[in-house]
Amino acid sequence: MSSTEQSQEGLPPGGALRVMGSETEYGIHAPAAPGANATYLSSQVIAAYARLTRERLHASPGAGWDYTDETPLRDARGWSVRRNQAHPDLLTDLEPVLTAEGVALAHGPAELELDGDQEPALMNLVLGNGARLYVDHAHPEYSSPEVTNPRDAVLWDSAGDAVVLTAVRALSGDQERGPINLYKNNTDGKGASYGSHENYLVPRSVPFADLVRGLTPFFVTRQIVCGAGRVGLGQDGRTPGYQISQRADFFEAEVGLETTMRRPIINTRDEPHSVADKYRRLHVIVGDANCSHVANYLKFGTTALVLSLIEAGAVPEIEVHEPVAAMHRISHDVDLRETVRLLDGRRLTALEIQWIYFEAASKLAADAGVAAEHGGDGHTAAVLRLWERALTDLAADPGTAAGYVEWAAKRRVLEAYKSRDGLAWGDARLGLIDIQWSDVRPERGLAYRLLAKGTLERLVDDGAIARAAIDPPPDTRAWFRGKSIQRFPANVASASWDSVVFSPPGSYRLQRVPTREPLRGTKELTESLFEQNQDIQAFLDALLGERHT
Amino acid sequence: MAGQEQKSSQSRDEIEDVDPGTPAPAPAAPQASEATEGVDDLLDEIDGVLESNAEEFVRGFVQKGGQ
Repeated sequence: MSSTEQSQEGLPPGGALRVMGSETEYGIHAPAAPGANATYLSSQVIAAYARLTRERLHASPGAGWDYTDETPLRDARGWSVRRNQAHPDLLTDLEPVLTAEGVALAHGPAELELDGDQEPALMNLVLGNGARLYVDHAHPEYSSPEVTNPRDAVLWDSAGDAVVLTAVRALSGDQERGPINLYKNNTDGKGASYGSHENYLVPRSVPFADLVRGLTPFFVTRQIVCGAGRVGLGQDGRTPGYQISQRADFFEAEVGLETTMRRPIINTRDEPHSVADKYRRLHVIVGDANCSHVANYLKFGTTALVLSLIEAGAVPEIEVHEPVAAMHRISHDVDLRETVRLLDGRRLTALEIQWIYFEAASKLAADAGVAAEHGGDGHTAAVLRLWERALTDLAADPGTAAGYVEWAAKRRVLEAYKSRDGLAWGDARLGLIDIQWSDVRPERGLAYRLLAKGTLERLVDDGAIARAAIDPPPDTRAWFRGKSIQRFPANVASASWDSVVFSPPGSYRLQRVPTREPLRGTKELTESLFEQNQDIQAFLDALLGERHT
Repeated sequence: MAGQEQKSSQSRDEIEDVDPGTPAPAPAAPQASEATEGVDDLLDEIDGVLESNAEEFVRGFVQKGGQ
């Protein structure tokens, strides 16, 4: 078994600390412009945020994206898909150039007419908080900066909602097109799904097969804790009813490279965005976007714990028979009674499988000393407490978890409407509640209203979220990326997860600074560099002379 | 599972909060009668903000697939 000590230098092994991050693709809707091109609308969201940032900083809005280290066709199982055999959706390493023709080809009739006066549509932005804001396929996507713990994952993921909300506000006054509204959900209820992904840094020494074996039963069942709830069954939602997960019905394979079709429970994209010999980036596509802080927290926290179990060779021996079908059945069973068959003949409920993972994670964390109230790692104990509370409440009655388990919270509202107004599951008002649940405008979005009232529990307050929309997390390379963009907006030509490219004044040569170690480039390591060198040239001289990042 | 039984009884009365530095979570779920009142409040509040034409809104909310 691999040694966990070398996995994330500086982070104690065995618990919930790990380099991680989120990606949220927002649903996009311009009610007064039906049929408007979604890619174009998405680019308007990015452009609006760029304008706002430019006004705030009186300077360049942030940097473009550096595509040098994108390898979307590399498969973690050890091979690459030939470029000419890949579906165009997989070619995420090419800068998408948005032309009217390209928009038309990609996503139906173009509404866009680029003329000389118009700003070119902006597809990509790196933000001063270290995040990436861009157009992914036909949705605006916010990819959070790298963080080291589940609480910060919630904070910088929520910061994405705040970022796109400011763009929504700025666009709301458009007289011709009308407002563009954004939704933190994963399906339109008519057959389309878009993702909210998680990323976790894992040592490359962990065999991929161990990840598949250890994670599959966990991913099949974790929806009961962190599912966001969905009105309608089946991909097109045509069968009336309510289910636990937004995403479950869209999964059709156990393991695979694709993310937009035949979606697999375990995604094998092997794009480490870091030192490739040491790390892999586990790209998790099976989750729901969460408006509930606690559900989001448990999504990251429990997954990090299970990865620690896999690394320590302590993961429970569970193999689910036909996991794809099991995941669908579990999602459709809001009473949590459905059992799934294991290859060893046992039949267990999703709750029972989650309890087995919980017990194993508690034991590992106790053995590693990370879950102690004093002297622990400061996070693992809280994840374990909330996980245990959620499983306990769900086992008693899912209704008792309606203050923090998102699918249970949404269900409480829906059931109340159903019984008050005598509605059937197919009623459009229930479909509306499902969609409007995740509207990012706090006065409209039902989840955000419940958060404001305290009906949904909060883990991070609005002030902290607003700060996280501006500032990067201090303890990863995102700090160097974000501060570089904040401090020298005119001199950062582009940036990516593992590089910042500077354009020194008076020079045509670009200077690419690799940031391939996710736990370097932190505030602790680079703050003095920024403080001592106010001038870009001095900064670069000091940086490139020392290479402290 | 044995573990489940054991955990269910042992943890019911533990009230959680998260790591230090985060605001305390809202109080635990209220009892049944309070919960019903809470739901009525909830419905009143939501009634006021729901998009007016549900049928049209739901029909118009059409997304392209993504990842």
